Amino acid sequence: MNAKLGERHLHRWTLGVAGALVAATMGAAALADEAFRTVRPPTSPYPSTYVARPSAPIVIRGATVIDGEGGELSGADLLIADGKIAAIGTGLAAPAGAQEIDGRGKFVTPGIIDAHSHLGVYPAPSIPASSDGNEATQPNTAEVWAEHSVWPQDPGFTRAVAGGVTTLHVLPGSANLFGGRGVTLHPVLGARTMQEMKVPGAPYSLKMACGENPSRLYGGRNASPATGMGNVAGWRQAFSKAQEYDRKWKDYWRKAARFEPKTDAEAPRRFGRNQAEKKKGAGDPPTAPDRDLEMETLAAVLNGEVLVQWHCYRADEMIVGLDVAREFGFKVAAFHHAVEAYKIADVLARENVCAAIWADWWGFKLEAYDGIRENIPFVHARGGCAVVHSDSEVGIQRLNQEAAKALADGRRAGLQISRADAWRWLSLNPAKAIGIAEQTGSLKVGKAGDVVIWSADPLSSYAVAERVFIDGAQIYQRGQAIAPPSDFELGQSFRERAR
Amino acid sequence: MNRLAVFILAALLATPAAADSVLVRGGRVVTNTGAMLERGDVLFTDGRIVAVGAQVAAPAGARVIDASGKWVTPGAIAAMTEVGLSEISGSGAPNDASLSGSKISAAAEAGRAFDPAASAVAITRLEGVTRAVIAPNATGTIFAGIGAMVSLDGGPDSVKRDRLFQVLELGETGAERAGGSRAALWPYLEAALQDAREYPARYTSGQGGAVLEEIDARALKPFALGQGVFLVRTERASDIRELIRFKRANPTLKFVIHGGAEAWLVADEIARANIPVMVDPMVNLPERLEKLAARLDNAALLERAGVKIVIAPGPGNVDGQQARLVLQLAGNAVANGLPWEAAFRAISRAPAETFGVGGEVGSLAPGRVADVVVWDGDPLDVMSAPTAVFIAGAEMPLVSRQTRLRDRYSPVAR
Repeated sequence: MNAKLGERHLHRWTLGVAGALVAATMGAAALADEAFRTVRPPTSPYPSTYVARPSAPIVIRGATVIDGEGGELSGADLLIADGKIAAIGTGLAAPAGAQEIDGRGKFVTPGIIDAHSHLGVYPAPSIPASSDGNEATQPNTAEVWAEHSVWPQDPGFTRAVAGGVTTLHVLPGSANLFGGRGVTLHPVLGARTMQEMKVPGAPYSLKMACGENPSRLYGGRNASPATGMGNVAGWRQAFSKAQEYDRKWKDYWRKAARFEPKTDAEAPRRFGRNQAEKKKGAGDPPTAPDRDLEMETLAAVLNGEVLVQWHCYRADEMIVGLDVAREFGFKVAAFHHAVEAYKIADVLARENVCAAIWADWWGFKLEAYDGIRENIPFVHARGGCAVVHSDSEVGIQRLNQEAAKALADGRRAGLQISRADAWRWLSLNPAKAIGIAEQTGSLKVGKAGDVVIWSADPLSSYAVAERVFIDGAQIYQRGQAIAPPSDFELGQSFRERAR
Repeated sequence: MNRLAVFILAALLATPAAADSVLVRGGRVVTNTGAMLERGDVLFTDGRIVAVGAQVAAPAGARVIDASGKWVTPGAIAAMTEVGLSEISGSGAPNDASLSGSKISAAAEAGRAFDPAASAVAITRLEGVTRAVIAPNATGTIFAGIGAMVSLDGGPDSVKRDRLFQVLELGETGAERAGGSRAALWPYLEAALQDAREYPARYTSGQGGAVLEEIDARALKPFALGQGVFLVRTERASDIRELIRFKRANPTLKFVIHGGAEAWLVADEIARANIPVMVDPMVNLPERLEKLAARLDNAALLERAGVKIVIAPGPGNVDGQQARLVLQLAGNAVANGLPWEAAFRAISRAPAETFGVGGEVGSLAPGRVADVVVWDGDPLDVMSAPTAVFIAGAEMPLVSRQTRLRDRYSPVAR
């Protein structure tokens, strides 16, 4: 069904389907018997319709292969078959009908994964009508989902692919304490809908924001939060409510279980008996709590189903964030921007929290004043999960250069980091941060065939992505129109002219 | 250790090395005046370049820097930046690049707001950028104010060329400021130029300006008389054509285009009109409707058509903190078809010539100011960095707030 459905998510999804089937069965029976039905809010009401493009097996021969897990092989072959990495080595036998690509002089890497993008929600052209990334109407909008703002015709997706990006996590903006849910997409050219881009099985995230953005915005409206302490109070109050909301639903489900028939294969046959038992049971059927979409997302965070992606610049504020997470028992997947991550790299490593960082942005805000060029390599050197992110429709096109700058500056500071190790910042670490590392992020046999062939060492200004594959299918080749431009760009008059 | 470093830093700043002779020996030298020297020497004395060549003898007492295996270039010029106009650009902190309201626009002067002690100055120069062209961003009218060229040596006399150009918004932004439409933009411009040319008579007579405040008319006058350059922010091909027509009707006026995302569409016309274009090699999205045809090889196409190009961040991407990225911009132009030499020239000699200081900076030749950078590799590659930076012959310490923070938090055992 879904090529990349992760174990955990497969499990959850299967339970959902089973529940729906049971509910349907019971619905039929209820015509006669008014059977009790447990209310279970859907966890995936906008399912992925992404389908990997069909592709023949591909062998890339004689390339320098950076595997994304710290390994590098020169003069190596890479075999992609059935959409997955099938083998890495030398002198690989190609299956019948395989496409051979001469990789001599080229570099092969896992596709770049951007853990922080606003493509689709802040698309080009940027005009008031297209500014869809911040539901900046109240500080807690955990109920909104970025995917419902994604415009699949954003020309930015086509530019990202040309930069070697195979997966991106699209987040709402950082105006709010809780900005809403983020979604993981493939930049599929020609996609008509967000669902056609949606990476199957990828978990949702919740975008949270520290610092100046929420307090300056709402403080300017004479509303809360107006300060850093208001920010923290806002998160705590919301999670406290979410705990209560979660408790109500769990309490309801516990009570409901006593009214519901077993959900195993024999359920239909045993239905009547259970109904009889139920009639003997005590009390009326429980009433489901009212759904609150804001609380539903926060409860999913508390239950570890939705990953926290937390916009936070300053070291001290990240540590307070970790304390808030501990107080309410949730995990932070990654701090984003994390301009001062290098000051607390030891803590981030210990707590297993990723830091998604720009290579060298600084000074555009007070909270970005202490940005240094060695932030990424310093986080790496302490054993942490460093991620190079873009947060930019320009930066996403050359994240390899951002990693290169960070690597070079780290080496100049005295660190010994190989380029193969540095590539973790671009694929495996972001995959971890957004919860898809089991499916993709490195060239490991069995993982998705998300692969880029570069014209030269990609840790340089001059290398360009020559071919990009998602799930083993070539979706981009430099200089060749293998996919149409977005509908927005199609037919613009300058395109019709001779160059 | 730290105290020693501070002492050395203070000593370097207190005694400019300009009085000394320095010979940078055996590097790969980018002169910008002829072919690259695969192995060459650069000698400078008292802040000026004395000799550039294959075998330059070291005068007695000269400091000799071994540059073998390294690159030696003129200092890069950040041709459009707000460096030194703010310590922190956002957060509601004071930002002298940003003027709101309509009290003053054409008369705003960036040079008088420049702070050589701003952190960004040291942060920028230690990446090989030795000069910067700064501009204010007044928003009251289509005139955003007067720009200057500054040295990034951090010294008290950093503003080297004041009143270099007047920023003129002639695209979507200009249309908005002129009343919401391009239809109003050009008549507004004509009326403003007339106000300026008729200053002060118009104002002393009590008639007043048709569109300009007196203070702006006074500041605009020399530019309206062709004594300064208009730096025109415009992107769309049709707007550029209108500018070329306007230039034809006003032949004394001088223009440089800043932006020009669609300039490649009218490259031949721009070349014939002899208008330099300051282009951003990373602009390839229709992020504004005036940039529908933006593409990565714009710089290469313009160069091929004979247009004089300068590489700089485009309108909307100009900031006060990241002027250092101009080298990465140039490298990306190379990745998209611009010859290396042309790309480097576009961040050194070309901006110097465009702003009238080509005889002073932007190339390595006898008599020029000794802005010299020694690099550990190809300066347009993001992996490279300077190992020595000289501005007017004085060696700059490769120290900044950022390197101090780096050293304080470094995981490397010392």
